[in-house]
Amino acid sequence: MNKPLKQHLIDPEICIRCYTCEMTCPLEAIEHDDNNVVVDASKCNFCMDCIPVCPTGSIDEWRVVNDPYSLDEQFEWTELPEQEDIQTAGGEAETGMEALDEAMAALLADAHAGAGGKAKAPASASKPTVNMYNLGKPAEATVQGNYRLTAEESDSDVRHIILDLGGLPFPVLEGQSVGIIPPGTDDAGKPHLPRLYSVSSPRDGERPNFNNLSLTVKREENGLCSNYVCDLQKGDKVQLTGPFGATFLMPEDSQARLLMICTGTGSAPMRAFTMRRQRTVGAKSGGMVMFFGARTPDSLPYFGPLNKVPESLLKKHLVFSRIPGAQKEYVQDRMMVEEEAVAEMIADPNTHIYICGLRGMEEGVEKAMTNIAESIGQPWGALRDTMRNEGRYHVETY
Amino acid sequence: MLDLINVSYDTQIPNNVGLSSDKRVLKALEKWHPGYINWWSDLIPQNFQQSLVYLRTAVSVDPKGWAKFDYVKMPEYRWGVLLAPQVENRTIPCGEHLGEPAWQEVPGEYRNLLKRLIVIQGDTEPASVEQQRFLGLTAPSLYDMRNLFQVNVEEGRHLWAMVYLLHKYFGRDGREEADDLLLRSSGSEEAPRMLGAFNEETPDWLSFFMFTYFTDRDGKMQLESLAQSGFDPLSRTCRFMLTEEAHHMFVGETGVGRTIQKTCEVMKANGIDDPYDIDKIRSLGVIDLPTIQKKLNLHYTLSLDLFGQEVSTNAANAFNAGIKGRYMEHRIKDDHKLTEDTYKVWDLVDGNLVQHDVPALTAINMRLRDDYSRDAAGGVTRWNKIIEKTGVEFEMKLPHEAFNRKIGVFAEKLFDPEGKLVSGAEYDDGIKNWLPTHADGDFIQSLMKPVTEPGKYASWIAPPKVGIDNKPGDFEYVKLHMA
Repeated sequence: MNKPLKQHLIDPEICIRCYTCEMTCPLEAIEHDDNNVVVDASKCNFCMDCIPVCPTGSIDEWRVVNDPYSLDEQFEWTELPEQEDIQTAGGEAETGMEALDEAMAALLADAHAGAGGKAKAPASASKPTVNMYNLGKPAEATVQGNYRLTAEESDSDVRHIILDLGGLPFPVLEGQSVGIIPPGTDDAGKPHLPRLYSVSSPRDGERPNFNNLSLTVKREENGLCSNYVCDLQKGDKVQLTGPFGATFLMPEDSQARLLMICTGTGSAPMRAFTMRRQRTVGAKSGGMVMFFGARTPDSLPYFGPLNKVPESLLKKHLVFSRIPGAQKEYVQDRMMVEEEAVAEMIADPNTHIYICGLRGMEEGVEKAMTNIAESIGQPWGALRDTMRNEGRYHVETY
Repeated sequence: MLDLINVSYDTQIPNNVGLSSDKRVLKALEKWHPGYINWWSDLIPQNFQQSLVYLRTAVSVDPKGWAKFDYVKMPEYRWGVLLAPQVENRTIPCGEHLGEPAWQEVPGEYRNLLKRLIVIQGDTEPASVEQQRFLGLTAPSLYDMRNLFQVNVEEGRHLWAMVYLLHKYFGRDGREEADDLLLRSSGSEEAPRMLGAFNEETPDWLSFFMFTYFTDRDGKMQLESLAQSGFDPLSRTCRFMLTEEAHHMFVGETGVGRTIQKTCEVMKANGIDDPYDIDKIRSLGVIDLPTIQKKLNLHYTLSLDLFGQEVSTNAANAFNAGIKGRYMEHRIKDDHKLTEDTYKVWDLVDGNLVQHDVPALTAINMRLRDDYSRDAAGGVTRWNKIIEKTGVEFEMKLPHEAFNRKIGVFAEKLFDPEGKLVSGAEYDDGIKNWLPTHADGDFIQSLMKPVTEPGKYASWIAPPKVGIDNKPGDFEYVKLHMA
């Protein structure tokens, strides 16, 4: 069987035939007849030069196909074909929807495996840009700040890193990741592959309308990239790839309800979601509920700022497993305590669930979900599949 | 080394032409700048000047950097001088100098010809802002208001682009011409704009959409032919302007399309099958399709006049000199000199319309006009698809190019929209069905009620299918300043 590929297409119902994309394409991969403007799949190399120059948004269309649509087929279209169901052994990693870059796609596919099937973006999510920068053509960012989020005495060193992109366009949505290329080479003398980090700032920047973004990074013992990142100093230059990820995104619907379950640096996308809501709809939204686990309050990233977010915007359950003298409590334990509230949420078709953190959390959360779903007479497996297919169930664990 | 891709902000005027090391031109532009700001400030109503508008600004002229979206107050918009990157070893694409290196300085023999072309192009840019100055007050939504202002600031930037060329390459008389661009004014008795269509007012939003669809498309065709110029700075300027011009085409096509869409939806919802049941349709707060067709007839025919005489020695000279090429010159497969070729143009022989062959060199205007008509016809087909999809039976069409013309071979006679020669009496009788009447204008005007709540649209127009910069439906495209 052919390996499925991602094909760039233009929506003939939205396109106004200004041919700006055609004139911009450095490879002459775009052409037109009297009817449509079309993209030649054999020439397009996803350089994305045509995306920002399009005045209509019709250019930003992608389909995963086994055999690419020919130019003649595209010339005949009056509307775009639906995405066909493509069966692949490796899921999204092979379709390349999340990242055109195979290594990055494989990493994301692995991270999303916990969802139990092919991940789908929320229907109303903004369209993400992926792979604007890659190993061959990385973006250079400047470190604007590096702040320790956890207490000095805590044995967990989690950092809030702010990167400034200067004049470089770097459109990243909440929930997307970026790759960081650690300097130096591996044992074979090749440059290191980028490591993926989830962005913890909203799309308009860590500071609104500044072209910057933030990451939440934990120092891992002997971690090549995490030590590099955690040691960065203000003014240092960093090579970035990405953005990556096209499914772990927030719904662009102020009335959608978000149930967010995370541990440690898994809070990064949740912070981005929360700030996005804070900046756009505030408390007028459908609301967000968070179960956030850490060992102790002083090792919980963003503990201080988080407590300042009003409950009307974000209902917080901060859960700790190593408080001296207290019983160990994990996120799934608290979810069981809040069983009724969680049940009410998962029964609501407006709810979107996000799970992010260490792989180890999956099992416990899955069990809690199964119990809670059963309590309202819903088999969890089926409910989860429905939610996932509707773009409402998202897992990113590592 | 000069950075010619990224926009430099080291002078008051953002640019990618190394202005900071070109003191003479910088000084001239800085002297011109206050006049420009005054012109803008006097033009646009004050509360809009203070509003935050979600606009795109170019941060570089390579594809990834030229569309940066953000809230800006219009007077603080970074108007600047942006040229598409220089193509190495570019050669003159047409005419007698074909194949010679493109000129980086003005060739003396063509100085006046070039200057005139630049001044005419430059004159249209501020003119359209003047024509549209009051439309913000009746915007059917914040989305549309934002699109209007985007068009306006970019027309302003296009003026800057032409003024830069005048200052940089044409010395003292270039500077005088640049000053005059701010002195002439659309519709003025004493100092009108140079082209007729740019002295007509744009009284309502349907006119605005028609204007951006038809008249700005003429602008696009002119820019396309100037983008082929052997004078490289002009070519580079126009190439970058074209990427912006595409947005104006978009506003026009989708604006008319959304108007049609809403009319058809309302007709269907109310069980009206006859598109000519005009009173009933109008009573539902939408614009009937026959009236939209009449607006189309008017704006299309006005825009055809902008192409000038069918047979023109000026156009032949400009092409032959390599100053102005044809639409998509680089994709045309011929000798690019047109020494032997012929082209079909219309003529009137004994009162009959006939097409005959003339030397292609003299028919450059006609050819561009034909390219324009083909380009314009595409959108009409797409509007008809909208109508068809709703199930309403009606078809929009471009009138015959002989209809309602003031310039060229058709100007002397009266034709109906099918291109049939008619008598004065027949014309007077038909005209109310062919062109918008005062009553039509009054009706459209009665619908022009501003809607300023995010995500809401006036009764007569459908929301867009996709937001600007992929924004959601209720995005606040303009944060209105409340005085």
